[in-house]
Amino acid sequence: MSHSHLTISARKQGEYQSDDGASAPKQPRLKFGKSAEDTDKKGANRRLKDVEICVPIVYGTIAFYLGRKASESQSHKWTVYVRGATNEDLGVVIKRVVFQLHPSFNNPTRVVESPPFELSECGWGEFEIAISLFFHSDVCDKQVDLYHHLKLYPEDESGPQSTKKPVVMESYNEIVFPDPSENFLARVQNHPAVIVPRLPAGFNLPDPVPIENLHEKEKGDTKDHPHSQWFMNFSEADELLKLAAARQQVQAHIIKLRRQLSMMDGLPQLSKLPTGYEFT
Amino acid sequence: MDAKDILGLPKNSLPIPQEKKSRPPKDSQRKPDGISREVYALTGGLAPLMPAIDSSQLKKQPPKDEKITWQWLPFTNSARKDTLQLYHWVRVVNGVPPTGDYSFAKYNKSVDIVKYTDEEYEKYLNDPGWTKEETDQLFDLCQRFDLRFIVIADRFSSSRTVEELKDRYYSVCRAIVGARAPALGDISGNPLVKEPYNVSQEIERKRALSMVLSQTKHQERKDAEVLAEAKRITESRMAAKVAEESELPVPSNAGPESAERASFPGDTVSPSSNVQLPFATIASSALTADNASTLASLRMLRVYLRTYALDQMVQAASSSAGLRTIKRVEQTLQELGVNLKPRVPTKSVCAEHLELRKEILTLLNLQKQLQYKEAEGSSFRDGSYADTPSTPKRSNRGGDQDRTFVPDMSFGGERVGKRDQKRKAPGRLSEAPSSPAQSKRPRKLKASDL
Repeated sequence: MSHSHLTISARKQGEYQSDDGASAPKQPRLKFGKSAEDTDKKGANRRLKDVEICVPIVYGTIAFYLGRKASESQSHKWTVYVRGATNEDLGVVIKRVVFQLHPSFNNPTRVVESPPFELSECGWGEFEIAISLFFHSDVCDKQVDLYHHLKLYPEDESGPQSTKKPVVMESYNEIVFPDPSENFLARVQNHPAVIVPRLPAGFNLPDPVPIENLHEKEKGDTKDHPHSQWFMNFSEADELLKLAAARQQVQAHIIKLRRQLSMMDGLPQLSKLPTGYEFT
Repeated sequence: MDAKDILGLPKNSLPIPQEKKSRPPKDSQRKPDGISREVYALTGGLAPLMPAIDSSQLKKQPPKDEKITWQWLPFTNSARKDTLQLYHWVRVVNGVPPTGDYSFAKYNKSVDIVKYTDEEYEKYLNDPGWTKEETDQLFDLCQRFDLRFIVIADRFSSSRTVEELKDRYYSVCRAIVGARAPALGDISGNPLVKEPYNVSQEIERKRALSMVLSQTKHQERKDAEVLAEAKRITESRMAAKVAEESELPVPSNAGPESAERASFPGDTVSPSSNVQLPFATIASSALTADNASTLASLRMLRVYLRTYALDQMVQAASSSAGLRTIKRVEQTLQELGVNLKPRVPTKSVCAEHLELRKEILTLLNLQKQLQYKEAEGSSFRDGSYADTPSTPKRSNRGGDQDRTFVPDMSFGGERVGKRDQKRKAPGRLSEAPSSPAQSKRPRKLKASDL
C-alpha cells in the first residue's frame, strides 16, 4: 500500500515540478525554499517557507502523597508528562521523549518511545527534570529541551497532606516549525494536535509518506487519561483580554502625553497619531 | 517527618531534601588515604597536584645489608672557576663515598652571548646613538647577568631604558649573525632575523599592559559593557544582512513596516514637525530593523519554542533601552496586572505582549521628553527675557524656542509680560502630573491615573 502511495506522489509532483534536483524553483509565485539537505530523493522533503506549523503542548508533573504507604525514601508517587494542550495525540510529531531524572534514581535517563509521553516514579525529593523532545525524521532532526521543577509539597503547608488531592504543576508552550517539509505538512494537515495555517488557494500537497513505527493502534491521546481531571486549563482568552485592556490604557496615556508635548510647543494639537500605533 | 505528622505541626520540609541530596557526594571527596585526616587537613583539604612521595615509601625501611655512615668530607664544585674546597656531610655506603660532581653544579647554566671582534664592530656595528664603550659594557653585563635586562638596566652606567638596551643588543646580534652567515638562506630561520625587535611596539605594549593592570573595577565593567554592546551590534548587523538575503516575510507582516518607513521621510520634510516626531520614528525604524533581524534568525532555526521566540523579540525591542528602562517597563507591566512572562504563550498572546512592551517603551520615552521639555522651559523662564527681543534667531535651544518667539517678536518689547503669561498658561492648563521644577523622574504610570 505504501508503494502505490509513493508512485502517486511522484506523479503528482511531476505535474508541477519538472526537475527534482533543480536549484532554482520553476514557480516563483509559490514560495518554495530549498534547504541544504535537499539532496534527498523525494521532492516531498522540500521545505516551505512562510508556513509555520505550531504544536501547542503542556508539560509538567503531578504528585500524590502516599499517606500510610509512604516510607522515608518514597513518600510520593509522581508522574512527569508531555501532553498536547488539547489532549490530542502528540505521537504524530514527537517520536520519543527522554526524561533525565536526578542521578540518585536508577537509570536516570528514561526514554519513552510512544505516546502518551509520561513517566511515573516514587520518591521523596524535589529536583529539576530535563525533558528532551525528539521528532520524527521528516519533522526536525534537532531536539527541543524543556526543564521542569518537580513539585511534591503543596503551597500551603497547613495540616497533613491529602492522598486524594495531588500537587499539579504544568507549563504551556508551543513548538514552532518555521519551515516544515512538505511531507510533514501533508501528514499533519488535518491532525487535531497541530495548528497549520491556511495554505494559499490551489496549493497541492502530495500524499504523505507515512512514518515508520507510527503507533496508530495504541491510543496516544490523553483525553481519557486517569489524571485528566487534574489537568490545568490554559485558555488564551483571559490573557488576551488583560493584554488588550493594558494596551488601551497605555495608548490613552500616550495620546495624553503627546497632547501635552504639542501644547508646550505652542502648536495646534495633533489630530492624528503617527502611523504605527493604531488601536486594535 | 512522621513526628511532625503525628503532632499535626506544619512542615518546612522543602529545603531539607535538597540539602540531604547534596551532602553525600561531598563527603566522599573528603576521605584521604594513607595519612591521617588531620594531616590531610593541613594541606587545605586538597591533595597536591603531584604526589611528592609515594605513600608506600613512607613506611619503607632501608635495606639491611648496607652499612650507612655519615662523614664530613671536602668537595669541589665544577661550576666554580677557582679551586675552592669546601666541606659537607656525605652519606657513605659500606665505606665507599659517592662519586660524581657536586650535585648542584648542573644548575649553573648561562646564556651564550655573541662576542664580536673590534674589526666586526667597525664594519657592521657602528651606531650614532651608541659608543663602542657603551656597547662593550652592555655585552659584558649581558654575559654576567644572563640577559636579565632589568638588572642590566639597573647596573648600566648611563641611564638607558630597558627597551633601548634590548634594541641595541638585538640589532647587534642580528647584524653579527647576518655578517657571519655564509648565505642569507642559512639564517632566514633564525628568530633574530625573522622577527626583529620593535622598540616602539614594545614601548606601546608595555604602556597598554600597565594601563590594563591599573584599571579600576569601574573601568573594567564599562569596558565589558562596551564590548558586549559592540558584539550585539555586529551580530544584529550580520543578522540584518541575512534578512536582506533571505526572502521577506508574508505581506501582512511587511505592511506596517513599510508604512512606517514611508511615513518617516514624509514627517521630517514637513515644517511643522515636532522635535518628538523624528525622535519617535528614528526609534521605530531602528526597532523594525532589530525585529526583522530577529525574525530572520528565528526562521533559520528548524524548531524553536514560542517562549524562546518571545524572549528574543523582547530583547531586540529593548536593545536600545538601558537596564533601568527595562526595569521600569517590567514594573509598569506588573502595575497593569500583566504577567512578565505570559502564562499561555500562544502566537497571538506573544504578539500582543510584545506590542504592549513596545508601547510602554514609547510611553516612557514620551514621559522623559515631557520632563526634559518642562525642565528646559522652566530654566529658560527663570533666565532673562529682556535679552530675547534683540535676539530673534537663536537656534541653539532647539526648534520649539523659535516657534514660541516668532509670533511674539512682531509685537515688540511691551509684550514681555504677556509673553510670560502665554508661556506659563499651557503649563497650567495641561494635566502635567507634577510641577516640572521639582520632578526628578517621570511619575510611574498607575492604573488609577487613567
